[in-house]
This record gives sequence, C-alpha cells and structure tokens, in this order.
Amino acid sequence: MRSDEALLQINALRSGYGRIEALHGVSMEVNRGEIVALVGSNGAGKTTLLRAVSGVQPVSGGAIVFDGHDVTNAQPHARVKRGIAQVPEGRQIFSPLSIEDNLRLGAYLRKGSEIDRDLDMVYDLFPVLKERRRNPAGGLSGGQQQMLAIGRALMSGPKLLLLDEPSMGLAPILVDQVFQIVEKLRDESGVTVFLVEQNAFAALSIADRGYVIETGEISISGTGRELLDDERVREAYLGV
Amino acid sequence: MAEFLQFCASGLTVGAVYALVALGFTIIYNASDVVNFAQGEFVMIGGMTTVFATAAGVPLPIAVLIAILAAMVIGLLLHRLAIEPARGASPVTLIIITIGASIFLRGLAQIVFDKQFHSLPAFSGDTPINIGGALVLPQSFWVLGGAVVIVIALWAFFNRTVTGKAVLATAANRLAARLVGINTSFVIGLSFVLSAAIGAIAGILVTPITLTSYDIGTLLALKGFAAAMLGGMGNPIGAIVGGLLVGLLEAFGAGYISSTYKDAMAFIVILGVLFVMPGGLLGRASVERV
Ligand SMILES: Nc1ncnc2c1ncn2[C@@H]1O[C@H](COP(=O)(O)OP(=O)(O)O)[C@@H](O)[C@H]1O
Ligand SMILES: [Mg+2]
Repeated sequence: MRSDEALLQINALRSGYGRIEALHGVSMEVNRGEIVALVGSNGAGKTTLLRAVSGVQPVSGGAIVFDGHDVTNAQPHARVKRGIAQVPEGRQIFSPLSIEDNLRLGAYLRKGSEIDRDLDMVYDLFPVLKERRRNPAGGLSGGQQQMLAIGRALMSGPKLLLLDEPSMGLAPILVDQVFQIVEKLRDESGVTVFLVEQNAFAALSIADRGYVIETGEISISGTGRELLDDERVREAYLGV
Repeated sequence: MAEFLQFCASGLTVGAVYALVALGFTIIYNASDVVNFAQGEFVMIGGMTTVFATAAGVPLPIAVLIAILAAMVIGLLLHRLAIEPARGASPVTLIIITIGASIFLRGLAQIVFDKQFHSLPAFSGDTPINIGGALVLPQSFWVLGGAVVIVIALWAFFNRTVTGKAVLATAANRLAARLVGINTSFVIGLSFVLSAAIGAIAGILVTPITLTSYDIGTLLALKGFAAAMLGGMGNPIGAIVGGLLVGLLEAFGAGYISSTYKDAMAFIVILGVLFVMPGGLLGRASVERV
C-alpha cells in the first residue's frame, strides 16, 4: 500500500492573517498509504497549514498539489470532491443536528448506495454512535464527539484524511483509542493520513514519517523513528 | 366576548405577517449572522409588484408568481452585490449595508411604482365570516393559512431534504460545513432567496387587508425584528410566537387603550420582556427545526 508516490505535495506555502504571516514557505509531502505526523508547539502554524490544504485558509504564495492536480486555488468543496477530508481542531461537529445527520452531511457531495455502506462501516468502527444516532450530536462526550468528527470525515470516502489534534482534551485511554483507529484506517482501509499533534510522542509512534514545524517553518523531518530518537525533538517536544 | 374575538382575529392576522417577516430574519441570521433590515422591502415588493402586474392586465395567479420571483431575484442580488463582497465585515457594518439596501430599494420602488397607497381585491370576496360574534374577513384566512403552509413547507425543507440539512449545518458551524464540501456561499444566497420569497408571499396575502405602498417595509422590518428578538433571535419557533404576540399586543392595545399609540405600546412591552429575559421568550436556542 505504501509507496513513494506523493499524494499531497506542499511547495513553499505561505499564508497568514492580515499582515501577519503564519507560514513562511512550508514544503512537505505525504505519500500514498502513509501516516505523516506534523508536530510543533502551540501557535507554530499547524492548524493554518491544514486549513490551507482544505482551502478554508487563503494562501499568499506557493502551491498545493493533490493527487496530480494543482488545487492551490480550488474551492473547499472541489477539494473534498477530489478526496481531501479534514477532522478539524476542536471537532466542530454540528451540535444541534442528530448524529446520523452529522455523518450523512459528511457524504454531502456523494450520491447512491455507497453512502449507506459507509455509514454501516462508520457505525461498525464506532458502535456508540449507532446506539445514539437519533440524538443531537451536542450531547456526546468529548471523546465521542471526536469519533463523530472522524466518522463524518470518513463519510466523504477520502483518499487523504487530515486530523488536527485529535487527542486534544481527551483522557489518556481515549487518546490511545484514537491513535489505534488511525493506524487501523491506514492498514485496513488504505486511507492516507496527515496527522497534526502537540502530543508528539503518540503521533510519531504511529507515523511512517514526521515533520517538526516551528514558527511557520519546517525545522526537522525524518521517519517517525528518527524523530523520536532526535535529540532536539526529545528535548523540545517529548520532555526528556 | 365578540370584541375580544375581533381583536384576536385582527391581531393574529397582522401577527402572521410579522411572524413571516421574523422568520425571514431568522433564516438569514442563522445562515449568515446577518441581520437583514431590508426584510420589510421584500414584503413591499411582493405586494406592489402584484398590484402593478394585475393593473397591467396580468391574471392574479401569474402576477403573484411574478411578484414572488421578482423578490427572489432582488434577494439574490442583495446577497451577491451587497453582502457577499463584504464577507468578513463586522456585524455592525453588515447591518448598515442592509439598511442602505433597504433605503435604496424604497427609492427604486418610488421610481418603478409610485408613492400612492394601493390595494388588491380580496381573493375570496369581502363578505365577513361571523365567528362567535366577531366578523372576520375571508382574506384573514388566506393570510393565516398561507403562514401555516409556509411554516410546514419550511419544516419539510429543513428536516427532509439534503439541501435543507446543508442550510442547518451552515447555521450550526460554518467552518465544518465548508470542510464537508457544502458551498456556504450558495447556502447563504439561498437563505436570502428563501427569505425574500417568504416576505413577498406575506406581502401579497396581506395587501387586500392593510394596503401597500413603497415605504411599508421600514415599520414591518422593525416589527419583524422586534418579534424575532421577542421570541429569541435565531429561533424559528420563537419568530413565529414573537410575531403572533406582537400582532396581538397591537390589536389589543389599539382596541382597549388607544390606536394612536399601538406601535409604541408593542415596543414598550417588548423592551420590558427583553429587560427581564435578554435571550427572548424562547431563548436563542437551536436551529434544529423550523
Ligand atoms: N484567526 C486568527 N487571526 C489571527 N492570527 C491567528 C489566527 N489563527 C491563528 N493565528 C496565528 O497564526 C499562528 C499560527 O497559528 P495556528 O496555525 O493556529 O497554530 P497551531 O495550530 O500550530 O497551534 C499563531 O501565531 C497564531 O497566533
Ligand atoms: Mg492548532
């Protein structure tokens, strides 16, 4: 499944808020079948980068190539259609809508029987969502909302899953569960994953490759193992 | 008793119009956070276009369709030309833009139509129906029935169609809506078109009772806005309840106290309620159902 063919390529990407630049020319790539982790401290630019990849954050320079197509200026819905799905920071579920509505909205751009098949797949992955599928999503616990956000993203049938700090605010046991699911998605469903985390240890442990971002620039890159062993990474992000 | 029923009937009739205006506010507000003070102009456009089309010899049903379509086009243009270009502006800026649009539309109506008051013949005649001693115009049933049909149609749209769900999703979380592939700009445009159509229908149905003129929109927008605030801004059920309450307050105020101050009295009661319950009677709550 894993190959060296890039599914997502980011070249010298620049983006910011008003006059303040948050990404100063970020270059990186995600190959098919990989889990790639991007780690960095709060405010480093991780969320800005993921939003730029999804097209909900304007870019001022550089390029984003996905699956052979330049999507730098594509609308967000065009990118979803091509196979980019994001689980955003803070989950961002549709609280007043039912759990099933949330999931079906994940498949907003799809048609036909695939939707019901994938809905069953998501319910198999997260049985708790099935039990409560008629309830408003806002009533779910933090961990369950994270499952819902992941399920919703999967409902688009993505080639690339972007995850923005899925472990944030979760109890340790739930964090483990989320990372197990991410691994399972790569191994069993062939989904390529681009994972952004402050929880560097957990992310790099399951990642094929990783990047470190500091104040809007990539500072270190390597395999997950290499980064876990890197002195600078250990000192700055692993607290050892 | 007959008098009481009489006030109820007239209060519910105008209240239904306020409720529809308030629903228009709510739909746009939920989808886009914009408080659209040009909402009253949609009511005016509905009534005035029907009046002038029928005067030109167009049969009423077709005139009605033309009027609704005209309002929808204006609603779409309002979004595309005035709201969308100002995306990201502060709420106050957006409110000023809609007030500007409302003044512009009134000016335009003065030129395209005229400055006179106009009426339409009642759809089912003028013979009042006696209900417990109260004399109710048949047109009142058109207004109330129209409001009920619109509310049911909206409910079905929001709860039973994918596009309706997309509007609710946009209202609940715009970022997440874009991330699942909803074209939120289309959804917000749709909310303007929908609100325009609702306003126009209200304007058409009520014109035989209240008359219409180029400048009726201002007061209607104020009353509709007050109704939406009274029920809880953003809450569709609140908008309906608030609209009916404002209509009843006016009718009873005018009937039992003084018709000179009926507008003021409704606003005083609303201010009183909002002072005690800042979120409105039903709270700003959920956009779950309409
Ligand atoms: N909405 C915003 N407006 C202005 N600045 C922002 C906004 N969001 C993020 N920033 C700034 O951009 C930089 C990168 O933020 P972000 O991408 O959220 O970092 P991370 O996700 O790594 O914590 C930070 O300096 C942050 O303060
Ligand atoms: Mg972040």
